[in-house]
Amino acid sequence: MEISRETLLDMHRRMVRIRTFEEEAGKLMESGKVPGALHLYVGEEAVAAGVMTHLRDQDQITSTHRGHGHLVAKGGDLKKMYAELYGRVTGYCKGKGGSMHICDLDLGMLGANGIVGAGPVIAIGAAFSNRYRKTDNVTVCFFGDGASNEGTFHEAANMAALYKLPVVFVCENNGFGEFTRQERHQAVHDIADRAAGYGMPGVIVDGMDAIAVHEAAGEAIARARRGLGPTLLECKTYRYFDHVGVRGMGVIYRDDSEVLEWRKRDPIELMESRLAEQGILSADEAAAIRAGFLAEVREAIAFAEASPFPAPEALMEDIYTTAAG
Amino acid sequence: MTTTEAPVARELTYVAAVGEAFGQLMREDPNVFICGEDVSLYGSVFGVTRGLLAEFGPERVVDTPISESGIMGLGLGAAATGLRPIVDIMFMDFMTVCMDEIVNQIAKMKYMFGGKAVLPLTIHTMAGAGSSMAAQHSQSLEAWFCHVPGLKVVMPSGPYEAKGLLVAAVRDDNPVMVINTKTLLGMRAEVPEALYEIPLGKANVVRPGTNFTIVAIGRMVSESLKAAETLAADGLDVEVIDPRTLQPFDTETVVASVRKTHRALIAHEAVRFGGIGAEFAAQIQEEAFDHLDAPVGRVGAPFSPVPFSPVLEKEYMPNADRIVSEVRRILGKQA
Ligand SMILES: Cc1ncc(C[n+]2csc(CCOP(=O)(O)OP(=O)(O)O)c2C)c(N)n1
Repeated sequence: MEISRETLLDMHRRMVRIRTFEEEAGKLMESGKVPGALHLYVGEEAVAAGVMTHLRDQDQITSTHRGHGHLVAKGGDLKKMYAELYGRVTGYCKGKGGSMHICDLDLGMLGANGIVGAGPVIAIGAAFSNRYRKTDNVTVCFFGDGASNEGTFHEAANMAALYKLPVVFVCENNGFGEFTRQERHQAVHDIADRAAGYGMPGVIVDGMDAIAVHEAAGEAIARARRGLGPTLLECKTYRYFDHVGVRGMGVIYRDDSEVLEWRKRDPIELMESRLAEQGILSADEAAAIRAGFLAEVREAIAFAEASPFPAPEALMEDIYTTAAG
Repeated sequence: MTTTEAPVARELTYVAAVGEAFGQLMREDPNVFICGEDVSLYGSVFGVTRGLLAEFGPERVVDTPISESGIMGLGLGAAATGLRPIVDIMFMDFMTVCMDEIVNQIAKMKYMFGGKAVLPLTIHTMAGAGSSMAAQHSQSLEAWFCHVPGLKVVMPSGPYEAKGLLVAAVRDDNPVMVINTKTLLGMRAEVPEALYEIPLGKANVVRPGTNFTIVAIGRMVSESLKAAETLAADGLDVEVIDPRTLQPFDTETVVASVRKTHRALIAHEAVRFGGIGAEFAAQIQEEAFDHLDAPVGRVGAPFSPVPFSPVLEKEYMPNADRIVSEVRRILGKQA
């Protein structure tokens, strides 16, 4: 598949936008400016960017507790995102959900999720609805290696294959479920192997390489759109930071050398050097992209900080749908 | 049972008290093991199992996949065949993922089998809001489990209770759910070093008083003590009772108190509607109707999911101030 120059740049931009968003969000959490727990996506950007460049606004995604990157890549509004992290009324969820429930239903982003393994079953429902409503929309379910051990994943995989639903299961295998290494939480090395048990294709791809992800996701998404059923796409990737927050080095459950090894294949640097080789992006242009997103992020943070908190009465609003909405 | 003649008590945090109890229980009984997500190598995200792996090894301190049904089922099957498992479910909210195992299997196996099965199983978890963890990491769902015959439920209010109730839970030959409160984990109190049991089903009069009874559970016990101080200035002598065990509930101690004070209020952090306070209030008025000078009051969270924003969460959280105003409201309503 020939990937256009525009698409390559688009993927690159989405990755840089995620990285910038996440690094700044991490600082805000460390300094105590945003409350609660942030699960940051740094290191895994190629997965979101490679997949999302195939999706339209009407295509849905289900996300995880590590959900900022998915929403940023789907075109999320950074102002509303930061405002949500700050618990402000201008946030995506009016401050009610926070990082773990960030969502944009207009963009088909059906929510980050605090429950590991919640996404796959939601995704089959959305995919069922896509077909029922006679659309050719596709649903992409992002989930982790850890989540692939929840019963919900297996039930969803079976039903998706049985009903040939327009859904793609994208496993972000970053090697850890919280603080437990993959080989200590499952006996398989390749989660894609599990696809065979449900009667769907299983594909493994280098999750640090946005181009590889884009190509594999393209096939799976096209297959789903044509009504040929689901695919399980496993992206081998790595989380640079700790499970929560920004600390990634000097933790007890992995060696720093392993982190440094993965960082050598940083998805953004990899893309920058490819684009440079092909004469698509100069060093100056790359720097300008980073600076541009940093400016967008700073503006979004300023917006969030200037936004009001919800009124106390808002606590009791939005619990039920009423005639008024 | 094994309280020593002169128990050595030191100040411990809640986390340390739980950790100490786990270690001592495992030393006492080789059939006790603990399993759960990140309990072994990492020592639990709350730190309660730190150090256990080094002493007891991976056969007895078992890291599991993220598979709550599997974890709960493992505990169930192991308990039914002679072991004494402690199953850790990291956040109480995740209990929903293994409801079949808890409600349809664990709670009922003994009864369905005509009394033949014995399930000495402890389910250990963390509940409660207060740290902007939002709607799926903050719930207090104790009332659900108190509603299921076959389960026992305890809710410690501090480090001393945490250790003593955990010991009683693990030694009990029935499934017992131990519901800890996250915001109490840093709390310090005197805790005896020896293994001691707090008997299940027995309430504790935390603060004796003569003319008002507050029945509080979990974090609301310390909030009620604060409220009692404030109310003392109004000339009210509040008795604070911590049931410690919610199922079975010590109706007797509570009713005896209400017969003396003639007024009562129940305080919990869970949503008020359908909360365990409704049951307690019903028991009080069934057993002590003639002694009541006012309706039994209840303080609990509003009927809302737990919000993320600190401003809203503050609005959500029941606290000492709310107890004080509810007590004053009740006094204003007296017949
Ligand atoms: C049902 C449930 N169990 C446990 C947790 C606690 N928890 C949050 S994230 C996480 C690890 C998830 O691992 P994985 O799916 O691989 O995603 P990653 O964090 O690596 O992105 C765990 C155990 C949870 N949120 N929900």
